[in-house]
Amino acid sequence: MRRVYMDANATTPLLPEVMEAMRPYWMENFGNASSIHLHGQQARTGVDRARETMAEFFNCHEAEVVFNSGGTEGDNTALFGLLRPGDHFVTTAIEHSAILQTAHRLAERGVETTYVAPQPNGLIDPAGISQALRPQTRLVSVMLANNETGVLQPVEEIGKIAAEAGVFFHIDAVQGAGKVKFDVRRFGCHLLSISAHKMHGPKGVGAMFVRRGTPVESLLVGGSHERRRRAGTENVPGIVGLGKAAELAMHSLEDGTLDRLTELRNRLETEILKLPGTGLNSGRDVARVANTTNIWFDQLEGEALVIALDLKGVAVSGGSACHSGATEPSHVLMAMGVDKTRARASLRFSLLKTATEADVDYVLMVVPEAVEHLRALSPVEAGTLG
Amino acid sequence: MTPMTEHTTIAVAMSGGVDSSTVAAMLAQGGDTVVGLTLQLWDQTRLAGKHGIPDAPKAGRCCSLDDVYDARRVAEHLGIPYYVVNQEERFEQDVVRPFVSEYLAGRTPIPCSLCNNHLKFDQLLKTARSIGASRIATGHYAVNEFDPKRSRWILKRPADLAKDQTYFLFGLTQEQLAHTIFPLGRLTKPEVREVARQRGLALAEKPDSQEICFIPGGDYKQFLTAYLEEQGQRAPETAGELVASSGELLGRHEGISNFTVGQRKGLGVASSSPLYVLQIDPVSHRVTVGADAELATRTLRARRLNWISIPGLTEPMRVRAKIRHRHEPAWATLEPAGSEECIATFDEPQRAVTPGQSVIFYDGDEVVGGGWIV
Repeated sequence: MRRVYMDANATTPLLPEVMEAMRPYWMENFGNASSIHLHGQQARTGVDRARETMAEFFNCHEAEVVFNSGGTEGDNTALFGLLRPGDHFVTTAIEHSAILQTAHRLAERGVETTYVAPQPNGLIDPAGISQALRPQTRLVSVMLANNETGVLQPVEEIGKIAAEAGVFFHIDAVQGAGKVKFDVRRFGCHLLSISAHKMHGPKGVGAMFVRRGTPVESLLVGGSHERRRRAGTENVPGIVGLGKAAELAMHSLEDGTLDRLTELRNRLETEILKLPGTGLNSGRDVARVANTTNIWFDQLEGEALVIALDLKGVAVSGGSACHSGATEPSHVLMAMGVDKTRARASLRFSLLKTATEADVDYVLMVVPEAVEHLRALSPVEAGTLG
Repeated sequence: MTPMTEHTTIAVAMSGGVDSSTVAAMLAQGGDTVVGLTLQLWDQTRLAGKHGIPDAPKAGRCCSLDDVYDARRVAEHLGIPYYVVNQEERFEQDVVRPFVSEYLAGRTPIPCSLCNNHLKFDQLLKTARSIGASRIATGHYAVNEFDPKRSRWILKRPADLAKDQTYFLFGLTQEQLAHTIFPLGRLTKPEVREVARQRGLALAEKPDSQEICFIPGGDYKQFLTAYLEEQGQRAPETAGELVASSGELLGRHEGISNFTVGQRKGLGVASSSPLYVLQIDPVSHRVTVGADAELATRTLRARRLNWISIPGLTEPMRVRAKIRHRHEPAWATLEPAGSEECIATFDEPQRAVTPGQSVIFYDGDEVVGGGWIV
């Protein structure tokens, strides 16, 4: 059976070049980057080169790049590293749980958080951030691109607001990596977090931009790695893979890949929206990343549609996975004012940058069939009432 | 019925226990496509740590993370697709809330029958169909087969009478029976464990679960208190008199939800001979207690009936009636009482007929039907 993967916002496969770049660092260049001898120097070279690439990727100094284990660690570091009891924190209701759950944990430690709601089109209004600021506000954290809707948030404007107010600004840029050009100076952020596996790099590695002088305390305590900002022996193959993935991502930001991806996504979206009882879960007028669309299907359980599509070879997602692996209605859609029934009936299609016309053709063949089949099922006769 | 030669998709309801895992293993060897499904029914962490409810639920209850993990591991071992389907809202609405209100009304509910009747089979079939499966399979010990003479699907007691689960399945409709398979119906529990071992299932020796799945620790009073508190409600005041069957006032009790018909412990009165709860009046909140012999009843009335081997009860019928999961079915004569109810008159008086429990009627090995005791 043909399989089409349209869940790139969950994770992406390594590109062959990334695999090749990492290969020598498992067995030949296996050294500890902190060691003085040749083995250590080989490993250090790999890490330093990746740091150089990441500095270019972020548009920052090499000294401002901190390697870590991924997006969750970056988000945790920003919040735990800056916020103290009595501080006020401003974020949005549509953040990833790595921000939201951390804020809940910090609430137990005396940090109050204001969650700014999005507009129905999925966009955060910068004025909403402005209004949420208080004298005690120390940090603002807003995502660059939303994982569910793909909507790009106005981080530059928010950066200016933060600068004027003299508060720190963190961007969770995990879903923007490889999809939009980064420029931390233009964004006006002090901190920015990314993860390698969302842009064809390996899982378990990420990086953070930390603007010089930002007093963020390290989450992990131990050796003096990463200029004392992140203890723990460097994941050298992972870091090398991240560097390669970032290099490739920078190329595809320039070579027309994203235009092609936008066209594919738009065709997919337009065709699916021709089905009766469907609609787009974000404004059409707002800027979105090239690969994502989020669509509701009336009279359907998104969970059943995800399973049915999987069994037909199409991998998509709906809602967010709860502890057991079951699906819960997306908190992002609910925050946008989508009601629970419709949130449950929504699917996210997120295309890989390697997606082809044939992939879209296949999905456009399978989805209408599955939707029609599910809608045709009358509810099974219920048992005796009790 | 689907011919056995035709290739179909079967959805197996997997709980993470030995029985349903063995069903998946048995079917995965056949020619059909097998998909594993687990219904996520209750978040075990939700009330954990409140009012004495254990923090870390043990395995062996529906939807504990350990059980989902076990079910997933079995599916991985068998190489079949596996999905967890979220049914928490429906479970709360159709099982947990009725369970709580029944207790508060002085009755003793059976959530497993509520779940089977309202949620499990209905929802599993719906989900199964939506993913292209024509039938579901479960690990219940029961037999179902089509009788062309009567043109009805028949539910029968299984080979292993000690594991008989027909008591909880009386609410199945003809439609549900026609699309459900019970592959364990003709096996004994030791045979099932042996099949599990042969198929290399790591959980072949996992102990059976016994308690109500959403009540970790098994203390329903703790659950009622914690659930009502979470809902911002207080348990209604149901304190009242504790009286002897003679009418003599013995004392007062703190609430009718602390009592079940037939209960002996925790009555809070001293007596020279053992006392049992005979009757709970949900209106006056009076709880009547008396001697063991007084618990015996000759008749019961049942409502919300479902008939399986017959289209309906139109004339008196000799049956054996089972009034509790652990009750040995007793001979009775069944008569219709109006269009919605029936009355069973036992040959010998039966101990502790409990309102809120279900009663199942058997004709030999066949389930005639059942209902809820009034």
